[in-house]
Order: sequence, then C-alpha cells, then structure tokens
Amino acid sequence: MTDQRPIAIDIRKVIKRFGDFTALKEVSLGIRDNEFFTLLGPSGCGKTTLLRMIAGFEDVTAGAIYLYDQEIARLPPNKRPINTVFQNYALFPTMSVLENVGFGLEMQGKSRAEASRRAGEMLELVQLTQFAHRKPSQLSGGQQQRVALARALAPQPRVLLLDEPLSALDMKLRKSMQIELKHIQRETGITFIFVTHDQEEALTMSDRIAVMSAGEVQQLGTAREIYEHPRNMFVADFIGDTNLLEVAVDRIEAGRATCHLGGGHELTCDAVDGVGIGARVHLSVRPERLFLSAEPEEAESLRARVVENIFIGTDITTILDLDEGPRFQVRASNSDRGNRRVFEPGQSAFVNMERGSARLLVD
Amino acid sequence: MQTGAARFDFPGFKLLTFLCLFILYAPLLVVTIYSFNDSRSITTWGGFSLRWYVDVFTGPDSAKFKSAAVNSFSIALIAATVATAIATSAALAMVRGGRFRLRTATFGVISLPILVPEIVTAVAMLIFFNAIGFTRGYMSILIAHIAFCIPFAYLPISARMQGIEGVYEQAAMDLYADRVQAFRRVLLPMMMPGIISGFLLAFIISLDDFIITNFVKGAGIETLPTAIFGSVKQGLRPNIMAISTMLLAFSTVIVTLSWLVSRIDRTK
Repeated sequence: MTDQRPIAIDIRKVIKRFGDFTALKEVSLGIRDNEFFTLLGPSGCGKTTLLRMIAGFEDVTAGAIYLYDQEIARLPPNKRPINTVFQNYALFPTMSVLENVGFGLEMQGKSRAEASRRAGEMLELVQLTQFAHRKPSQLSGGQQQRVALARALAPQPRVLLLDEPLSALDMKLRKSMQIELKHIQRETGITFIFVTHDQEEALTMSDRIAVMSAGEVQQLGTAREIYEHPRNMFVADFIGDTNLLEVAVDRIEAGRATCHLGGGHELTCDAVDGVGIGARVHLSVRPERLFLSAEPEEAESLRARVVENIFIGTDITTILDLDEGPRFQVRASNSDRGNRRVFEPGQSAFVNMERGSARLLVD
Repeated sequence: MQTGAARFDFPGFKLLTFLCLFILYAPLLVVTIYSFNDSRSITTWGGFSLRWYVDVFTGPDSAKFKSAAVNSFSIALIAATVATAIATSAALAMVRGGRFRLRTATFGVISLPILVPEIVTAVAMLIFFNAIGFTRGYMSILIAHIAFCIPFAYLPISARMQGIEGVYEQAAMDLYADRVQAFRRVLLPMMMPGIISGFLLAFIISLDDFIITNFVKGAGIETLPTAIFGSVKQGLRPNIMAISTMLLAFSTVIVTLSWLVSRIDRTK
C-alpha cells in the first residue's frame, strides 16, 4: 500500500537510555499526516517514553525527531505545536473547566476574551458547555476525560498525543469514548498518536499500529495486518488469542511447508523466508480460524479429545488435546451454526483448519 | 461491632482525661479570668473590670510594652516572610529535584532544628554573633528568627508539595507555558494553602519565642516575651495577665487559621 500523505512525525533512529537501562533501542517510525496511530505494547515496552519524547518531556539520547520538516528533538515542550492528553488528565484543580480549556490559547498569546470564547466552542464539541464554570473535581471521570481532550485540542496542535487516556474509565464508557475519539480525529483532521496496552482498543481505533516490546518496534501495520500476519511470536501472542505450537519443519514443496506437531500430527502452511527444513519454530493459528467436526472435513483434520468448553457470551471456546500432541483452542460463535460445532467434554472430535490461516513465525 | 465509646470506657479513663485537661488549661483559664479582675491582687477576685487592659495601653509601662510589641510584630512579620520564601524554594528543590544523592540527609538538615533543644540553639547563636563581631540588637534577633522559623515554615509547604504531582507543570508546559508561567499560574496556586499555613506557623513561632531572643538581643531592646519576663521579675502585676491574655487570643486565632488553611485541598 502506498500512501501519498506527508509524514507528520518522523522518528529517526531514536535511542533512549536511563543510566544503564536502555528504554528504546534505535526506533524509527514515520507517522503520517491525519493518521490515527497507536503505539501498542505491554507496560515497560518504551511506548510511553517514546510519547514523552515526542511531547518534549524526555530528551533523546541519540537520534532525531522531525515534525513535518522541522527537527524538534531539542525543543522544550512549550515550543512544540503538539499537545498531550495525560493518563490521569492533569487538569488544573485551581481553575474552572473553561479556564483549563482556555489555558493553552492564553499561553499562546490570545487575549483572555478570545481564549474564553474558543474554549467555549471546544466545550460545545465535547458537550460539556453546562459545566464550564465548575471545578474539575466536581466532574465525573468521563467528563474530566473530555475536558482534558478539549484542553489539548483547543490550541489546534499539529499532533495530539494521548497517553492511555481511557484506562481509568469503566468498560462501557471506554467503548463509547473509543468511537468518539475516532470521530473527533476524523472531524479535526489532527494527527493522533495514541498509547495503550489494550490490544482491543488499538484494533478498534487505529489506522496503523506499532506493536512495541522491550524498547523495539516489533511490527508496524494496519490492525488487520498485525492480527492476520503477525511477524513474530511476540506479536502473535500479544494481539488476540492464538494457538502457539512448537513445530518442526519436515518438508517444503512449492511454497508450502509441512510441519510436524508431535504425536504424528502434521499441518501445512505457507513457507516463510528464513525458515528451512529441519527448523524448530512456532506456528500460530487463531482459534476462530479452526472448527470442529465429528468426521474429518479437510485433508488435514486432526483427531482430538475435548477437555473443556468455556462460554464467554459471544463465543464458545473449546479446549482440546490432540492424541499425544499439543493442546488446541477452538472458537465457535454463539449462533445456531456455531453451536452445532460444540462437542461435550470427553467426546472426540476433529480439528479442521481453513487453508492459509496457520502462520510460521520467524522467532 | 463495638462502638468507640464502649471500647475506651476503662474505669478511671474519664477521670484521667479530665485531670490532664485540667492541668493543661486551668492555668490559662486563671490568667484569662484574673486579667478581668478589678482588684490589684492577683489571687483575690474583686469584680469585673477592663482596667488592666486600659493599663497596658496607657499605664506607666505602656511605652515599654508598645515598643516591645512593635518589635515583636515587625520581627515576626519579616522573619516569617523571609523564612517562608526560603522554605518554599527549599520545598520546590526537594520535591522537584528528583532523587539526588543525600536527599534524605538534606531533609534531615532542614527539619532537625525543630528537635534541637532551644537553649542549645540560643547559646550557639550567641556564640556565633560574638565570633563574627555582629552587634546585638534588632538585626541579630531578626536573623536568628529567620533561621529558626525556616523548618517550621518548611514542613507544611513540603507536605503540600508531596501531594502535587509533576504532571501539572508538564501539562502547563505542554500548553505553551514557559517555566515561570507554569509556576505562577499552575503550581503556586496549588501550593498556596501550604505556603499560607507555613507562614502563619512561622509567624506565631517567632512571636512567641523567648529563649533565643533573650540570648541574642542586645541591651535596651525588648520583644513582647522578653518585656513580659522583665516585668514579672519586678513583681507580678495584673497588667501582665492582660497582655498574656491578648497574646493567647491572638495566637489561638493564628494557629486556628493555619490549621484551617492547611485543610483546604485544592488538588481534589
């Protein structure tokens, strides 16, 4: 996919060390203009450090950060046209909601009247006009979150940074804010860089996602790309549920690798560069790409015994053991069609796989 | 569940409580009541009167007390202001300076003077002023007061600073404020209750101080506590009770204010 949009934030070989600890190991990323971009990873992966470096709260040990064509890595935060929505909002407790939202405009040199007028418009956008003269402490968490968003958007930054802004909200509110954030990003046309450890949140909102771990970008791509084609074991394991199987590659013929799962079971999948015959690697296959049947339905159906069924509302996850082989998870949707594919514990069944859904992982 | 009252209802507990309260407050109560005594005696009641309050302002000792009061209040005001400014800077540096080496030691050095016996500080300051050849008088009292007020001003301010996360300044800087604006517009208003509380505490500590003042003051200059002490040495007259009662009332107001202000939580 080629994208003609200019690069809004260009991170070039950025390294960050805290004493002996290397938080970021030479990260390079190009975040496009008007993109909803997510840095996704477990805590301690360096995503927040990277965000704080873009905001200007951390200096870079080495490398450069460009905002469009301007090098910004050495500018203080108040000289960068970039605003942040903080994790705990950091609303100024001594100011009213309106003063909070107008603060950035006032600091930019706008008159108090102009700042307050624009702040009023922003509050309209987030539907909090009636709370303008309250103190932040008198608002609910969700409302505070919207004030923080309005405050960061009011000065019309070129890039908006969001540091896990939804993590303090309950599930329902979080889901509706996810959609609202996406809409606001579309409406304003501002580049959003969103940090989260919640993979579902990342998949829901992002145009592109950078999956990070241990100070490195593990994979960069659209939600579908990283979910369907994880590049390595970390990404496959971190994004969604998957069956990670240790396999040995027996044969490679016409771009298809035949892998041995143990216990005489075999699966074929697309061969991957860097994995040759005899290699012991991991194979990932999503549980929703598997289905059960009483009789074999595909050429490579695997015979297994049902251990347990787990009902999670939308789906039923069945756990099975292959005869002398690895354990599998298989997911069926909670529909009439899906329920016909559910077997009772102790019964034997065949695990079938849609062609092309298993994927060999390089590491 | 047991109620609080039932749990503490040991035999004799109430009696002990009242005894403690009596010992603490009876002398203050006696001084206050007898300050309104019409009699010259300090032990026998001769009816209600404000004559000793009038005496404080117009009597033979009034000039002495007036100049002592002016000294006391001006010293307390300046010492508390300077000490609060220093304590505010110290609290900022301690809380925002990160985890520098000797951080705990520094905190100890700032707070320790509260625990040092006052007489030791007093002697040390006297020796210090003598050693550097500093003439004792108004200035020596003022400098000493600034010094011993700093830890008292520091404690409420630093307690307040602990509750203010660095993220507020970052948010201000993120919204185009420079360091000075971030401090003035965001941090300072949040610190204000601590600063006021620290100021009032320092003010009252300075106003009440006797021991250090008595050591470092020169001849011919008095503050209210030293003037009162001087008068008492020449015989206890009821006008002393009137002054003491006024000081007591003033201190109570200031300490109450300090406590009320420190309870205002502007981070919530």
